[in-house]
Amino acid sequence: MSAALLLLADSRLPAGGHAHSGGAEQAVKTGAVHDLASLRGFLAGRLHTAGLVAAGLTAAACRSAGRSPTPPAPMTWAELDAEADARTASPAQREANRQQGRLLLRVARRVWPSPVLEELALAVPNPHHPVALGAVAHAAGVPPDEAAMAAAYHAVAGAATAAVRLLGLDPVEVHRLLAGLAPDLDAVAERAAAAEVLPATSAPALDLLAERHARAGLRLFVS
Amino acid sequence: MSLPLPPRRYPAPVALSHRTPGAGEVAGRRRMRASAAVSTALSGGRTILPLLRSDPPLTLRQTGPHTVHLVSTAAGPLGGDHLSLDLDVAPGTRLEIGSIASTLVLPGDGESLSVITARVGEGAVLSFAPEPTVLAAGCAHRMVVRLTLAEGARARWREEIIFGRYGEAPGRCVAGFDAMVEGRPLLRQELTVGDPSLDGSSAIYGSARCVGTTLLAAPPHPATPKSGSPGLTAGQAGASAAEGPIGANAPGQGATGVRGGGVVAEGVAVLPLAGPGVLVSALAADAVELRRRLGLGEAQIAW
Repeated sequence: MSAALLLLADSRLPAGGHAHSGGAEQAVKTGAVHDLASLRGFLAGRLHTAGLVAAGLTAAACRSAGRSPTPPAPMTWAELDAEADARTASPAQREANRQQGRLLLRVARRVWPSPVLEELALAVPNPHHPVALGAVAHAAGVPPDEAAMAAAYHAVAGAATAAVRLLGLDPVEVHRLLAGLAPDLDAVAERAAAAEVLPATSAPALDLLAERHARAGLRLFVS
Repeated sequence: MSLPLPPRRYPAPVALSHRTPGAGEVAGRRRMRASAAVSTALSGGRTILPLLRSDPPLTLRQTGPHTVHLVSTAAGPLGGDHLSLDLDVAPGTRLEIGSIASTLVLPGDGESLSVITARVGEGAVLSFAPEPTVLAAGCAHRMVVRLTLAEGARARWREEIIFGRYGEAPGRCVAGFDAMVEGRPLLRQELTVGDPSLDGSSAIYGSARCVGTTLLAAPPHPATPKSGSPGLTAGQAGASAAEGPIGANAPGQGATGVRGGGVVAEGVAVLPLAGPGVLVSALAADAVELRRRLGLGEAQIAW
């Protein structure tokens, strides 16, 4: 494992991740997430659907950035971004994804300057987050399978932290819950990195929550 | 559900004998391998159906000039069965596919598979709206849909999955949906139902017992949502009409026939896709409510 992976997955990376709850805020508002058990179900569901898709795209973007001959064949930035679009039916989620991708790319161009990131910024100024993450991982020297891990972690960590704040849960208990999901994180990252076809697992409830959230009057998180 | 069939003005379904028997006899029953097909052609400016190939249990019956209904002539699919349906909609023609009854997927020997491949030619229109698929306890099913649209083609594609018969836990199902428009990906989704470790996750289906989507691909022109439609409260209609920057992040890519979109009512969202199309997505406790919710969403879109 590379030290760069830790920097990349760290919530202190100033790339705006803290502003997003990944649907958790709306799930709390509707009562669907109300305690540790329901949070666990939410996070596991998120990880195995949106998380798997993000991890797959991230690994593919990382491989494409390195022009790796490992299948699937390298794709252009525009092609990868179009694949992310086709897997994100909810416009609110596409917007949240692109916002996070744009911020990550902006920060990373200063932290890990690389021709690959300039190329991405030119081709897709506001890339989907996994596309940006894969490119940034390559620029930081992180291999595709570890990049997939960062994406899987990103899919649950932000939502978990948001739930702590929204429900006033014990942060230690929530971290215990995340530790319990560690084997799932490993499995999702491994599956995503090994996939020859980009995963497309969808989560209808997350789509509904995202759209509802985009229209909510009072909200703490952007998504 | 019964459907009034018109008098037999159209050719009766023909069960052809090219059907290949399955790999083996399983518990006194053959695994079925069936491959049915429909294709259209243009004749004197009208749609005709030069190919209507039934293959039991996939029996096709023409019920209108460009309408075909699927009539199941055997139970299932059961585990081990492989069914495929090919739809070829020639440029400038029109095809509507429905079904007489819902499909009950039953357990058997191994995984059952259904593959639907649909090609919609230039300027052609396809409507695919069969009755729901019900996942009986213990089933292991895989559904694959591949939809490709040429320039100027339109498609309406409805899919409803019911998690088990009344009071029953569903079997397992993976439903993949892949839509391409003019060589570019429009929608790629995969739903997994019946995974015990994710059952009840509020991120996936929550407490719903059915999931449904209607894809309206490449609507011809932007339309105004019918505000004040039944089931919309004033506040929700207002939210829909007062659509802000959401979905406007990719200029030039949002040629959808709906302005705004979003959650139009409880359990249903109208999702303008990044490419030319809109997805109506719904969750519900039962099949009747699911259909009602999809209908509410579909009514928002001029297709």
